[in-house]
Amino acid sequence: MEHTQNTPELEKLPLGPDDFSPATASEKESLVIMRESVNFWADGLRRLRKNKIAMVSLFFILLIVIFAYILPSFWPYTYDQQIKYSENLSAFEYGKTELQRIEAGESVFPHICGTDKLGRDFAVRLMMATRVSLTVGIICSICVLVIGATYGAVAGFTGGLVDDIMMRFTDILYTIPDILLIILLSITLKPRIISLAETPGFEWMQKVGANLIAMFIVFALLYWVGMARITRSQVLVLKESEYVTAARALGAGSGRIIRKHLLTNCIGTLIVTTTLQIPAAIFTESYLSFLGLGVSAPMPSLGSLATDAVKGMNTYPHLLLLPAILISVTILVFNLFGDGLRDAFDPKLKN
Amino acid sequence: MSGERNLIEIQHLQQYFPAGGRGQKRRWVQAVDDVSFFIRKGETLGLVGESGCGKTTVGRTMLRLYEPTDGRILYDGEVIYDSGRCPLQNADGSPVLDENGSPKCGVKTAVDMLPFRRKMQIVFQDPYASLDPRMTIGDIVGESIDIHKLCSSKQERRERIISLLERVGLNSEHANRYPHEFSGGQRQRVGIARALAVRPEFIVCDEPVSALDVSIQAQVVNMFEDLQREMGLTYLFIAHDLSVVKHISNRIGVMYLGKLVELADSFELIAHSVHPYTRSLISAIPVADPQVARASKRIPLQGDVPSPLNPPSGCRFRTRCPYADEQCAAEVPVFREIGPGHWAACHHLDRVEGEMTPLLPVTMG
Repeated sequence: MEHTQNTPELEKLPLGPDDFSPATASEKESLVIMRESVNFWADGLRRLRKNKIAMVSLFFILLIVIFAYILPSFWPYTYDQQIKYSENLSAFEYGKTELQRIEAGESVFPHICGTDKLGRDFAVRLMMATRVSLTVGIICSICVLVIGATYGAVAGFTGGLVDDIMMRFTDILYTIPDILLIILLSITLKPRIISLAETPGFEWMQKVGANLIAMFIVFALLYWVGMARITRSQVLVLKESEYVTAARALGAGSGRIIRKHLLTNCIGTLIVTTTLQIPAAIFTESYLSFLGLGVSAPMPSLGSLATDAVKGMNTYPHLLLLPAILISVTILVFNLFGDGLRDAFDPKLKN
Repeated sequence: MSGERNLIEIQHLQQYFPAGGRGQKRRWVQAVDDVSFFIRKGETLGLVGESGCGKTTVGRTMLRLYEPTDGRILYDGEVIYDSGRCPLQNADGSPVLDENGSPKCGVKTAVDMLPFRRKMQIVFQDPYASLDPRMTIGDIVGESIDIHKLCSSKQERRERIISLLERVGLNSEHANRYPHEFSGGQRQRVGIARALAVRPEFIVCDEPVSALDVSIQAQVVNMFEDLQREMGLTYLFIAHDLSVVKHISNRIGVMYLGKLVELADSFELIAHSVHPYTRSLISAIPVADPQVARASKRIPLQGDVPSPLNPPSGCRFRTRCPYADEQCAAEVPVFREIGPGHWAACHHLDRVEGEMTPLLPVTMG
């Protein structure tokens, strides 16, 4: 019924033979819908943004960075400034001289976290300690990245006997107890670094401290092993891939293959592993400082702040709790962010 | 179509891969052993055989993507590899003798392949693995242009890439995209465009259609034929599907466990195969006509392919061959010309020939 009713209407439609002629090239062109081309980075960032935990972690990391690197410049106290009669204050308490100044009508910036037993503002010491810990974490990770990735890439790409020897060497390094080596190196390096720091051009070493430099050296010497193994395994897989064979068939040399194919394809893994290396380095730095092998006074680090506070733990628990919480939070957010990066840029590593 | 000149020739090519062990106990995968053939300019040589028989290795070794363990490779009359251990041959295939009457070997040669990379190219089997996921299609196709510095300006490079993409049925829009945005058939076209970018004379097609579905297979095979006509290309077409190979090839070689067992003109091979293995393969091609299919006899093979780590002595096919006897276990059969342009390696060609039930005429594609 409906069909017969529709027929006259169909006849009324303004259709002619022209409407059935093949489409021209320009007409076809207008129908092609091109999706925005997504490259690796855009795709990874999109996945990262969707990951709530990673984004919250990133927010906290930014807060910590601001806390450690920017805030101390605006703080009215410095980390080594001792205020007389203001020793061992609790939060928002004022010392004797400071109370006199307030009575005289001066405004005195409050000690948000109190002061330590030498009358130093604890808030700014926390900031500086975080700065030291973060710097150690980042510099050590970069050392590990540069040494480990280069070593692993060379071993994996060369292969054969060279690879065997290089990887046995890393196995040997792996068996060395790291704490022992750090302690030994700190002791043996310290006098050398101190004498080196006196020569012009190396004054900065004085400030950083012999222990810290020994720690960098130990990290550079020992902790690249894991990175080297990961890079090697990636390079081993990638260099057997068909697109590398294709590049060789096109006449590409080793340099080009490493630059254009191997590096670009394992950069995701490298970034992820480096990010996850940062909390590990912070953790090591903290417990070494706690053992007294870290930065030299008056420079604080989160670990050394905790050591100093242990003696007065019962009376002034906040001096121990605050650096401990900061260590935990920093390590946690870096680990969570690293996990998020891994999920976004290197989904294969997830398992 | 096929000229007289041999574009590429391999003689006694051998490719062993180390498989663990050291010193005396070192074990080798005998992927390719004593394979010789030539390809004339402008022709297509098909290479068939089951999985793991060394077809792909032959193709890649010819391009020296693997360094051969023995043998000689000639391209356009020029030696590009010589192990220095295999006897020189006269034009008729007889060995060149030195003053003492013993066979003379060539000089150990391994030329720099860079100039030859522009003449010999390869299309890979797996279009998903053979394109770098971090490079755009334009950069993948343009890589050889950069390596050989074929274009002087960016504009010229871009135009050349676009013309290559258009040649294989893609368009300029695709140049800025990444491989994961393409289907298998499109990716294989990108792989072909990459191989064509250097304007090669010879292309090894390493199972280029095996990973594609059947409708796309036909498109790609037709494209290979069109390209051959237009650009005068020479192909080594590797596949395990005899029906595809017989469609595109002028001549077909059959491999079994690293050895070439038979080589002949396509029609000759399909209609008058002499080697028991080839006949078994041919009898397995499905025939579209049910009457013919019912009348033709399948020749099933018993057992599995032996391991190339430890191949059978003598003739490698003897463990599965219905004609095998003591001679097959003792002697390696010589790969010899049994008719004009028809080579085979078997001790019992006379017996196989005698028992041959004529295969029904196979229509050539």
